[in-house]
Amino acid sequence: MVRRAFSLAAMLMVIAALSDAVGQQTVKVGAIYPLSGNAASAGNYSKAAIELAVEIVNNDHPELKDLPLAAGSGLPALGGAKIEVIFADNQGTPAAGQNQALRLITEEKVIALIGAYQSGITVTTSAMAERHGVPFITPESVAANLTERGFKWFFRATPVAGDFARSYSDFLKEQKAAGHKVASIAIVNENTEYGNSVASVIRDVFAKDGLNVTQVIPYSANTTDVQPQVLQLKEKNPDVVIFVSYTSDAILYAKTMKDLNWKPAIMIADNAGFNDPSFVSTSGALVEGLVNRSSFAPGKPGTLSALVNDLYKKKTNVDLDDPSARAMQGMLILADAINRAGSTEAAKIQAALRATDLKANQVVTGYNGVKFDEKGQNVLASSLITQMQGGKYVPVWPKDKAAGELKLPYKGW
Amino acid sequence: MSAILLQVIVSGLLIGAVYALFSSGLTLIWGMMNVINFAHGDFVMLAMYTAFMVWTAFGGGPAAAVPVAAIILATVGVLSYFLLVRHIMRGPMLAQILGTFGLALLLRYSAFWYFGANFKTLPDNILGAPFVIGSIRIDAPRLLAGAVGLIVTLMLHLLLTRSALGSRMLAVSEDATAAQLMGIRPERMQAVAWALAAGATGIAGALIATFFYTSPTVGETLAIVAFVTVAFGGFGSVPGALVAGLLIGVIEGLSAFLIGPVYKDVVVYLLFVLVLWIRPQGLMGKA
Repeated sequence: MVRRAFSLAAMLMVIAALSDAVGQQTVKVGAIYPLSGNAASAGNYSKAAIELAVEIVNNDHPELKDLPLAAGSGLPALGGAKIEVIFADNQGTPAAGQNQALRLITEEKVIALIGAYQSGITVTTSAMAERHGVPFITPESVAANLTERGFKWFFRATPVAGDFARSYSDFLKEQKAAGHKVASIAIVNENTEYGNSVASVIRDVFAKDGLNVTQVIPYSANTTDVQPQVLQLKEKNPDVVIFVSYTSDAILYAKTMKDLNWKPAIMIADNAGFNDPSFVSTSGALVEGLVNRSSFAPGKPGTLSALVNDLYKKKTNVDLDDPSARAMQGMLILADAINRAGSTEAAKIQAALRATDLKANQVVTGYNGVKFDEKGQNVLASSLITQMQGGKYVPVWPKDKAAGELKLPYKGW
Repeated sequence: MSAILLQVIVSGLLIGAVYALFSSGLTLIWGMMNVINFAHGDFVMLAMYTAFMVWTAFGGGPAAAVPVAAIILATVGVLSYFLLVRHIMRGPMLAQILGTFGLALLLRYSAFWYFGANFKTLPDNILGAPFVIGSIRIDAPRLLAGAVGLIVTLMLHLLLTRSALGSRMLAVSEDATAAQLMGIRPERMQAVAWALAAGATGIAGALIATFFYTSPTVGETLAIVAFVTVAFGGFGSVPGALVAGLLIGVIEGLSAFLIGPVYKDVVVYLLFVLVLWIRPQGLMGKA
């Protein structure tokens, strides 16, 4: 009897010691990204960026002191709790994304969701979060209607299509004033939520600004051949082309334009596939002078963004690209909100997200800060124009944020 | 006819010959054993990675990559036959379908694990500059792939219809028991069929890698086209796959150029349904 009681006590002590060693509770967050399918390359870089964000929060990083939660370990308001991210693969389809969201919410019991790269998949995954009353933050999906659905649990950190359209418009008007021809503009867009909505916003903004969109070519990103699209461009020969594409199609366009020997005087890419590190490494040499948008630039050594870029490069061997930087920023915003909520309760996290107020020096991306309006849109999000120069995107516009000189016309290969 | 329209047709023929090239292996397996190989697209993917590795390891172009990929894929084909297909052939129809589908997923996710999700491409000048005739440009990698596609399809066709080996294979596919009584070993013939089909797929993949991106899911994208080509041309008919491939290439190109890229699939599949409605066995399949 005594012996049994003794062994029981010993067991309890071991359990107590073990749970102490494991440490405080963990906070589970679900992340839904394309880890297989055609956007898997971009999705896996975003995954690495989110893992880095969590690593920065969970461990002590005094060198990144401007970043909330970087110094010290874990979430202080939750007794130093660590964040655990559970990744789910959306397989590049809205249906798979929706199923994964349901699984993460009901089975993994995550307290918040982040994702889902493709706008068309963010539509379905965030609807699932809304139905279950779970906070959802999208760091990168830009389709305009995402924040127009009256959702209460949806937040978006990235600048949206309207912002890009305005910067493209301002940029082109400035080039026109500088003597470049922008009389005819073509838009080539993939035809899911992302491409369609960005193309239509660009058309609206350009129409108001007196820029002449003469040709719109929607296409399916999951295609084996883009020769007809390039030949349609070659036939009309526009001065400016804007591509709204994912990675596999972006690679095919770069190759095919060279094969068929056609290029416009100004070629613009709307981020996404053209910023995937595997696009830059396979096709960067074919698109010298390509104009792009970005919310992230590594900046000068010693700056916050440069330090974070170094950490990312150590982990993945590539520089932090723009969509991945935005994914990372999304995770940091979410961690900050959970910490301020001081609780894992959904309503408190939602309230904390709503009260988010980060300054420009507290974010990794080039945003002017983070502050959500009643629709959940970050009103301080911003981006700048970059250009492919010698295999790297260099910020070139606006002038006060430029790190290099804009070179026109587009050179290509 | 405008020069651009002519270019659309030429480009369509070139991509169509490539479709025919990577569909011939699929139709051969069906013709020989009545098995649909759902892992076909992933065989193409393996061949593309083989070409990529031949390039990174030895700096070898298609001249080296094509034979290497043909041998590796033929081996993969024979292994698939002895380790998987031979067993599931005895099972119900559903087991046959799910068996090769499982193989497809195994290959795809092994590629994710081993190669990672990154897109890879071969240097785009690996075969030199395109041919220019007047205002028409013919891309060298596509021309090579298309030409080899024609040759491989023709050779497979001759092998099946004009050689003793082909007759033996056909005998097994018609009636395995009767063939066995005539002294033909069905299993050996079927293994040869898998080696030939996968080997041809290896040639196709190594050539496609010269102008297309390589990623673990590229097989998924290409397999859809292969299935349509095979059904269009007639299951089991190698020349049918050739005619169907060329037709699909040109129709896709023309409809994408004249109507719009998003409508090209509508046109192709509408025609596909029409053909199957009038001729369920496909253009050149046996009734």
